[in-house]
Amino acid sequence: MVANAQSAARVTYTDETVRGFALAAVLWGVVGMLVGVVIAAQLTFPDLTYGIPWLSYGRLRPLHTNAVIFAFGGCALFATSYHVVQRTCQVPLFLPWLAKFTFVGWNLVIVLAAITLPLGITQGKEYAELEWPIDLLIAVVWVSYAIVFFGTLGMRKVRHIYVANWFFGAFIIAVALLHIVNSAAMPVSLWKSYSAYAGVQDAMVQWWYGHNAVGFFLTAGFLGMMYYYIPKQAERPVYSYRLSIVHFWALIFTYMWAGPHHLHYTALPDWAQSIGMMFSLVLLAPSWGGMINGAMTLSGAWHKLRDDPILKFLIVALSFYAMSTFEGPMMSIKTVNALSHYTDWTVGHVHSGALGWVGFISMGSLYYLIPRMFGQTKMYSTKAIELHFWIATLGIVLYIAAMWIAGVMQGLMWRALNADGTLVYTFVESVKATWPFYLIRLIGGLLYLAGMLVMAWNVVQTARSGRPQASAIPQLVHA
Amino acid sequence: MDILYLLIPLSAVLVLGIIGVFAWALHSGQFDDVEQHAAQILEPDSVAVDRNQHS
Repeated sequence: MVANAQSAARVTYTDETVRGFALAAVLWGVVGMLVGVVIAAQLTFPDLTYGIPWLSYGRLRPLHTNAVIFAFGGCALFATSYHVVQRTCQVPLFLPWLAKFTFVGWNLVIVLAAITLPLGITQGKEYAELEWPIDLLIAVVWVSYAIVFFGTLGMRKVRHIYVANWFFGAFIIAVALLHIVNSAAMPVSLWKSYSAYAGVQDAMVQWWYGHNAVGFFLTAGFLGMMYYYIPKQAERPVYSYRLSIVHFWALIFTYMWAGPHHLHYTALPDWAQSIGMMFSLVLLAPSWGGMINGAMTLSGAWHKLRDDPILKFLIVALSFYAMSTFEGPMMSIKTVNALSHYTDWTVGHVHSGALGWVGFISMGSLYYLIPRMFGQTKMYSTKAIELHFWIATLGIVLYIAAMWIAGVMQGLMWRALNADGTLVYTFVESVKATWPFYLIRLIGGLLYLAGMLVMAWNVVQTARSGRPQASAIPQLVHA
Repeated sequence: MDILYLLIPLSAVLVLGIIGVFAWALHSGQFDDVEQHAAQILEPDSVAVDRNQHS
């Protein structure tokens, strides 16, 4: 380690964009989860919105998924990646104006999504619903994001690239590739286009995109958060840095071909389905390796979990990551999938990953990040973080337990046959049997939303009691 | 399944790219001293502007 004392002038980090994205993440989190609660209520009480077209389930459901994944999750990823890359490279952001453009551009995408989806303007591709003009804007913003991120890495003062940056970098490159290939479309008017692919080809591209969006957007990016904020909050180095490197390379080598498991028992060739299943099973190994690595970071300091609610968020996020990365490969096995496919079990699986892993790791990271963006080291109220943690955890447990039971029940009812080969149950009987579980799921969702509102209040109080403050880059530079 | 003529080469190119980046990381010494790198991020990463702290 060499003290580098050549420049006396203090250079400060570019935290303005980080601050903006962090606050936007909280705002969009509230909005996205609120829409989620509305559609959960619609499934329980179908006449809730009086048949108003732009409030119908079919239009609000993509609004919910886009808002929680791309608005809440996306803003949290922008905020944390910009924060982590600056701190670990000890340089300000490359092209700060371009970083600001990514903030404006990304939020413009979100607002456009919130307008067009309720109007019924959609490409009809799950998690890629937005029409072509918005897709173009996303591509421009994303390429700018890549320039800022990799430019910052390129001018780093620390020779070693910290593992979190590898995860963020892989996420940025993979999402660019997936978005551009999957969104290829022929426009027929300003708000209507047709996919460049047709039939089963389109389905294959869609789920190649869809599952890698899970792998790189919802996993790799958030693992980047995990590898920085858990060590920082626990004040201990990651359990095994060696394992984190193996985790990274193993994960990105195996993720690309898991997609076909979304198309079991469809027109997709059988061998392609089997390859998807095989890759999904292999993924269990790197996923659990990384999970154990993150959780064991606390080894010898488990007592910190007792009174640090931020660590509770981060470590419980890893438990849900473990659960859903075990459940996912299991559900990709064709015989299990025959029972689970098209049922609410899938919905439960997604939400154990989304509410438990993505939500909790983001919330924990934001609780670390936000006070530091306002010249403080702690949130306004630690008790409120604790409260948020417990009501959100209770909400998730209600949500996923209800969906597990509902899903297995639906699967069994749909496949039940009489001795003469006719179906035992009509479809509507399975819908009726699911109703109580939809109600429990709604309660779970309401609790999770309530937790997010507690967080929003806490964030507002933290922002009001502090003030945005520039922080200087330390003079000590590692060779 | 003509689409596989696009997706498989794309994945193959990607894997070659990943191997290339991995080879660069290995040979440029990114993984030479793995335990020190883990501890490095725990050092104070920023200082308040008004203080003139040397560590």
